[in-house]
Amino acid sequence: MNRLDTLAAHATARPPDAPAAPPRPRREASYLLFLIPGAVLLLAVIVVPFVMNIGISFTQWQGVGDPKWTGLDNYTRLFADETFWASFRHNLGLVVAMAILPTIVGLVVAAALFDVIGKRFGPRAASVLRACIYLPQVLPIAVAGIVWSWILAPEGALNEFLGMVGLGSLGHNWLGDPDVALWSVMGVLLWIQIGYPVVIFMAGMQRADPSLYEAAELDGASWWGRFWHVTVPQIRPEIFVVLLTCTIAALKVFGPIYVLTRGGPGGATNVPSYFSFQNFFEKTQVGYGAAIATVLTVLILILTAVFLRVQNRGERG
Amino acid sequence: MRRHAVLWSVIVLAVVMLAPFVIVAMNALKSPTQYAAEGPLALPDGISLQGLADFWDRVDFGQKLLNSFVISGSVAVLAVVVSVLNAYALGIGRIRGRLWILIAFLVANTLPQEALVYPLYFLAKESGLYDTQLSVIIIFTIVQAAFGTYLLSSTFTGFPGELLEAARIDGANKWQALVRIVVPISRPTLGVLFVFFFIWTWNEFFLPLVLLISNDTQTVPVALGVLQGQRLMDATMTSASALLGVIPAIAFFLIFQHTLTRGITAGAVK
Repeated sequence: MNRLDTLAAHATARPPDAPAAPPRPRREASYLLFLIPGAVLLLAVIVVPFVMNIGISFTQWQGVGDPKWTGLDNYTRLFADETFWASFRHNLGLVVAMAILPTIVGLVVAAALFDVIGKRFGPRAASVLRACIYLPQVLPIAVAGIVWSWILAPEGALNEFLGMVGLGSLGHNWLGDPDVALWSVMGVLLWIQIGYPVVIFMAGMQRADPSLYEAAELDGASWWGRFWHVTVPQIRPEIFVVLLTCTIAALKVFGPIYVLTRGGPGGATNVPSYFSFQNFFEKTQVGYGAAIATVLTVLILILTAVFLRVQNRGERG
Repeated sequence: MRRHAVLWSVIVLAVVMLAPFVIVAMNALKSPTQYAAEGPLALPDGISLQGLADFWDRVDFGQKLLNSFVISGSVAVLAVVVSVLNAYALGIGRIRGRLWILIAFLVANTLPQEALVYPLYFLAKESGLYDTQLSVIIIFTIVQAAFGTYLLSSTFTGFPGELLEAARIDGANKWQALVRIVVPISRPTLGVLFVFFFIWTWNEFFLPLVLLISNDTQTVPVALGVLQGQRLMDATMTSASALLGVIPAIAFFLIFQHTLTRGITAGAVK
């Protein structure tokens, strides 16, 4: 620490007319050395397995013995497989629950906390409420699943509560009824997810230019008008980040499905991630599982590329 | 009036968000007989630690906590180190092709683990690392470092060049400049990364579920998830298990809340 302080002092004490030499390396190779551990790990843990997975997706393989090359068979089977399409439809529901609804609700709640509660009732009230809403985000997702599978059980707290307030007829077997199971899972995911956009959006609102608000106020804009024409455009980068990261997270959902429903009842909550897991480890149709995972990957990469492009255009425009 | 309506709606939302935690805590502290008689919504008569103790013994929860700490702690330290090394080469060293290398790390961070899981499982079995904590530590070190590299590289691009130049004039080589100048100055950012990596690794479920199958190696979320899947627990024991899963998370949350909120803000918009 002391040596550093000396060095830092030395650096700032240099005469101001000294040429500000950029730290250009003379020999690039020496910086390259620092990349070796990361590159080796990236190759061994990500690149090689990823290429292997694509290779496996062109084979029929039980996980033991030699894989049998079958070309595109897994993919033709996949696109004709009703379970696969159903799993993607369920996934769309999860995108609504994890990306779209949290973004909308998050915007409203963040604006309420920042604009109304923070200003009229004090920043402490706003930050305590924000912490309460954010709390589910810190839970391990498997633990959140346990909490809810217990609450949503037929004899669980939710049905008990409905009975207590005289709405017993609304009671369901929330996770065991194929007609409501997906809705229940969506509700749980919304509960988990909502704190993330609230925190990000509030941070973005702090960055926003207060003079714009004053101008809008002078123009006699309503609260809603200010929200829509000032707040939302100002935090557009945050909205993009939240939509992208939440959509990707929704496409990857595995833990909540594993803990809450195991894809059931009768496949009513199956998603591509869980579907590939089933094929890998339960049915040992490894080639087919690899094909599902590959399609999921392609989808996620396309989505990332599209979002990044739209975002760049938005920033330039 | 309107303002109070806004306040009360947000308070109601906050209560709904907290209700599951309260219900879990209530029932984890209830005796099984009271639960059988009065159901999940009754306030506990007294504090019964029976459910918690039963669950703790049954899954050897102390061991699971230790496993989670070893894995998350090792990953957080190693991933910060790897991120710093990568970002030093990319952000300060500005090596050729850095844009493509950065994209490679970004893609690595976006890939679904489903597309890696079977080869990793297979390779772990082949190399004898299956069902060892080391396998999970190695994997998550690079998964987390991929994000860290991306974040730190852009931070390091703006690093004051005069400091490095001064160090060079004083005879420091690149390694010494990294250890004595770059790391100490970027300590706050590295702290945020450490916290993130620790909590993210602690919460991981999918790959640890596949790679860690024995009682001696499993992490807290995996042990709880597997037990839940077997549906062998009664109601009080389930809520005890949920409470024991919730407590470390809330503890981290309270300890790190300040760092976290700051870090989220820093990471959100570059």
